[in-house]
Amino acid sequence: MATTVHEYHPTQTHHEVTRDVVNTLGTAGRGYMLLLGFAVFCFLVGAATFVALLKEGLGLAGYTPPVMWSVYITTFVFWVGIGHAGTLISAILFLFRSPWRTAVYRATEAMTVFAVMTAGLFPIIHIGRQWFFYWLLPYPNQRYLWPNFKSPLMWDVFAIGTYLTVSTTFLVVGLVPDVAAARDQMQGWRKKLYEICSIGWKGTDNQWRHYTRAYLYLAALATPLVLSVHSVVSWDFAVSIVPGWHGTIFAPYFVAGAIYSGVGMVLTLLIPLRKALKLEHMIGEYHFDNLAKLLLLTGSILFYAYAMEYFVAWYSGNAFEQTTFWRRAFGPQWWAGWTMIICNAFVSQLLWFRKIRTNLTALFIISIFVNIGMWFERYVIIVSSLSNDFEPWAWGVMTPTWADWGILLGSFGWFSMYFLLFARTFPVVAIQEIKETIPMPRRRKGAH
Amino acid sequence: MARTVPGVLASFVHVDSATEAIAALRAQGRTDMTVYSAAPNHEIEEALGFTNSPVRLFTLVGGLTGCTAGFAMTIWMSRDWPLLVGGKPIGAIPPYVVLAFELTILIGALSTVAGLLLLSLMKSTRGLAYDPAFTDDRIGIFVPAAADQAAALEQMFRAAGAEEVRYAA
Repeated sequence: MATTVHEYHPTQTHHEVTRDVVNTLGTAGRGYMLLLGFAVFCFLVGAATFVALLKEGLGLAGYTPPVMWSVYITTFVFWVGIGHAGTLISAILFLFRSPWRTAVYRATEAMTVFAVMTAGLFPIIHIGRQWFFYWLLPYPNQRYLWPNFKSPLMWDVFAIGTYLTVSTTFLVVGLVPDVAAARDQMQGWRKKLYEICSIGWKGTDNQWRHYTRAYLYLAALATPLVLSVHSVVSWDFAVSIVPGWHGTIFAPYFVAGAIYSGVGMVLTLLIPLRKALKLEHMIGEYHFDNLAKLLLLTGSILFYAYAMEYFVAWYSGNAFEQTTFWRRAFGPQWWAGWTMIICNAFVSQLLWFRKIRTNLTALFIISIFVNIGMWFERYVIIVSSLSNDFEPWAWGVMTPTWADWGILLGSFGWFSMYFLLFARTFPVVAIQEIKETIPMPRRRKGAH
Repeated sequence: MARTVPGVLASFVHVDSATEAIAALRAQGRTDMTVYSAAPNHEIEEALGFTNSPVRLFTLVGGLTGCTAGFAMTIWMSRDWPLLVGGKPIGAIPPYVVLAFELTILIGALSTVAGLLLLSLMKSTRGLAYDPAFTDDRIGIFVPAAADQAAALEQMFRAAGAEEVRYAA
């Protein structure tokens, strides 16, 4: 028999939900401050590297012809992908009325917003003259120029811009009733902050009437959006004719990979978070089992996509495609190719076993493999494909430099910093939606 | 200081008591009540006789505006600065579908939020009696009333099973 959230929290009342979630907003402990300090340190390393890039130019990064898209674009695709699981869980599973999403969706939606905020920095870092990034936008200028809308890179600007705006809107709209609940329980500066953020929310019938509909339509709009964003990102590659990129499989392959990497990151964040915020009774085995099933599904789609990529390269009879895929497995960067296949296609298959799906230590370790594997997937697709295109005399291998690693580390710091600040400042579990799943007390016996 | 609306505020623990009180108020022909709850509840919605929220019109109009704006912007800008790419037409529709799609979602989402704010603000909650327990686990019903009506309303709320009733002035 299927387990419902209420069966999972049989003893919880509405008041206990408010109390337990509001308790997570208390004073931060030493462990939290240390983590936050480490995140800020990593961010500062990234910021210092960026200043060096501004001063010296992109020569500091390992850009070597023919590999002129490398770690920055790899990391851009990695972070955009991370965001996708959040929207899948918060919007798509909302439309499917999936009960297990309720307890975890707020943390995943926040992860989405911060991951896309991180991703958005990378094209700007990558373009070289970062101070001209606004040239990407269609604005009237004295030279009467407009961007080339036939370029997938312009599609990307609109896709990422829309994704960031809509996911932020979705997160903020979802937060309003919960912030109001926190406002009514807190004192001091937090009360003042929540008073401003709850924009006068009181939970009146009129507010709920419009709110529930608006939230439904936002979810309905976010659903095709999430599928389109990584498809558009995949077309940055697939629309060109570079061997290893020019595949019709790319859009669904990238979307599955994005959700796989995102669920991996959700696990990496949620497993320690539930312990730190004492939310074990709200986020438990039932939720992790479902997240792991999602990981298994998308990991298996990736397995199939990897197999198909090799099959199509062989079956096409195209020497360039065949060479590219041969070199992915046995070329100078074979280690990256195998890291991707082992971490994504093979490690995810362990999740067929329920014992592993419900063992949080095993899940946490698997989630780290997923994060590593998915970063390498993008590295392999981008760097190894570019390093051997049509002319063997033009082949070349790029080696990442300290400027590449510095920015990569900085991006993790930037993301973690926002996530940690969010987790202590705003309700990380959706109070109102959990309450919706718990029946209200009745004076008279009998179901409604 | 904010103006206070005089009226009776009742607080309920049980949802069936609250819906009974709402039904009694509606039977008296009252439509000016305000019901507070910590989460949306179908029984309360049914008791109040909710109709579909017009927020969907904002979504529809916003989405259509975004779609039109996406095609109009890309086609007009391409013709204003003609750039021949790969022998394709200047105003090539297939690549512009992507931009029109993104703008459909973007403007559709933003106008949904604008609609939510506008429609919520149209029925102001300023000056209405309120209790912090309503965002926790209680259901509240506020009815604007003059002092001479308060006793009858209190009696009705108590009969329905209200936990607490007070007159706010």
